[in-house]
Amino acid sequence: MPHNKIPDTLKATQIRALIRRLKFNDYVFSLVGLVCMMLGVITLLALFTDLLLDGMARLNYEFFSSFPSRRAEHAGILSALVGTVLVMLVTALVAIPMGIAAAIYLEEYAPSNLLTSIIEINVSNLAGVPSIIYGLLALGLFVYQLDLGQSILTAGLTLALLILPVVIVATRESLRTIPREIREAAYALGATRWQMISDHVLPYSKGGILTGVIIGMARAIGETAPIITIGALTFIAFLPPSPLTHEAPYVSFEWLFAPFTVLPIQMFNWVSRPEEAFLINAAAAGVVIIVMTLAMNAVAISLRYRIRKNIKW
Amino acid sequence: MPTANDPEKSSTPKAEVKDLSFFYGKVQALKNITMPIAEKHVTALIGPSGCGKSTFLRCFNRMHDLYPGNRYEGEIILHPDNTNIISRQVDPMEVRMRISMVFQKPNPFPKSIYENVAYGLRVRGMRSKQEIDGKVEEALRGAALWSEVKDRLKNLAFNLSGGQQQRLCIARALAIDPEIVLFDEPTSALDPIATGSIEELISELKEKVTILIVTHNMQQAARVSDHTAFMYMGDLIEFGDTDRMFINPTNKRTEDYITGRFG
Repeated sequence: MPHNKIPDTLKATQIRALIRRLKFNDYVFSLVGLVCMMLGVITLLALFTDLLLDGMARLNYEFFSSFPSRRAEHAGILSALVGTVLVMLVTALVAIPMGIAAAIYLEEYAPSNLLTSIIEINVSNLAGVPSIIYGLLALGLFVYQLDLGQSILTAGLTLALLILPVVIVATRESLRTIPREIREAAYALGATRWQMISDHVLPYSKGGILTGVIIGMARAIGETAPIITIGALTFIAFLPPSPLTHEAPYVSFEWLFAPFTVLPIQMFNWVSRPEEAFLINAAAAGVVIIVMTLAMNAVAISLRYRIRKNIKW
Repeated sequence: MPTANDPEKSSTPKAEVKDLSFFYGKVQALKNITMPIAEKHVTALIGPSGCGKSTFLRCFNRMHDLYPGNRYEGEIILHPDNTNIISRQVDPMEVRMRISMVFQKPNPFPKSIYENVAYGLRVRGMRSKQEIDGKVEEALRGAALWSEVKDRLKNLAFNLSGGQQQRLCIARALAIDPEIVLFDEPTSALDPIATGSIEELISELKEKVTILIVTHNMQQAARVSDHTAFMYMGDLIEFGDTDRMFINPTNKRTEDYITGRFG
């Protein structure tokens, strides 16, 4: 441009110097970022490797099929594993439908007024409430008020409450990604709100919803504090009653009211023993919990990828 | 003032807009619009950005009802049954089942080509596969898309080109046998060739259905429409026969806009 007095050649040199300077900043940040990332990843990997090396010796079939024992080398995680699976089952059955329904209501139906805003802020805040508070609430409500006992049902409901905000927030975020054009396209054909939600919004956002649900479940599986607060036992040498029976009606819900333990509590119990042999058991149980969590996250990622693959906007 | 009821190209009205005003909250976006919509003709709405032409179009399928704080005044009478489609007593679903819409950007559902066209029928509870198959084929033929997609109806709609996606959206709008089809700048996201095929299609469709189209492209209005309404700042400035209006506009502002002096 002629209204600039700097000669063209000099201008080009100046621009190159400027770009060099700017690129140097780029380079510095990428280096800082890389170091920060590696610090996190390497620490976690080191922890997991250490746990794996310690626990490796006990990770055999016997460990998975034995009840706890006073002798470390005979102790296993059978009751804790079954307890974890059953508690998670209750949690999933309660938290998933409730969380998704609440999210749909808040996102799609609720009028935008002061009350809705207050509820929304509270739901987000609940996700950050310390888990032991949920344990206290559950002790008062489920154990004493509703008299559900220190049972699988109580534990499942407690963890469901704990992850409900996580499920709600993740579901809402996922629902929000459905573009307005798609919603309007459905409405323009005469769809009702529920038709629009069930035929379009839910199917297209299920990848994100599933991810949220599984991340919530992965959090619940490692929770210890609220389970201890409601009074889970640490030494359980029996399994809850089978849900299937030989007599009609062939299903039984007695297991819901059985006493139980879960993996993190079993691990906690072993860590607090003085004998060193139990530490190996604790490490092995830790590996099992981590593998279960990682497996759930892997499922979430692959589901998300598969569902998103067919959707472009 | 709008010169409604131009004598030049008379035809029976499919709908009559009477003294229509529309408000986004306290902001008045449409001011006392009165004009007829001729049956089986193309009526174009033109005007500079923000003049209210899309707002006007979206009154016809009550799209504004989806968002809070919007208010209509006046009447849009749909013939032959003389229903005031913006009346509170008329359910917006009912209006949308009679008047369908094609949007600015192609917005197919992330479903198969077949399911996209069938959706409007499924919404009405149509179950018979045979019946739906027939309607889907008819609609795709109507949108000049059948020969291109008949062997891949189960494919995802996103695999089609932009122009094909827009014709798919037209097929989706046609499948429900609408009385009026609304087009909201249907070619603004398309290349010239795809635009040409959509314009050709619109000219063919008016044999069967009444069409109302918003466009920012004057040549497009001149090419496809029989009647044109020029809007400015929420007012209907001039309404009349397209040929007459483009050759001999009566209003100074219409002339300025059509000749490209503003807008």
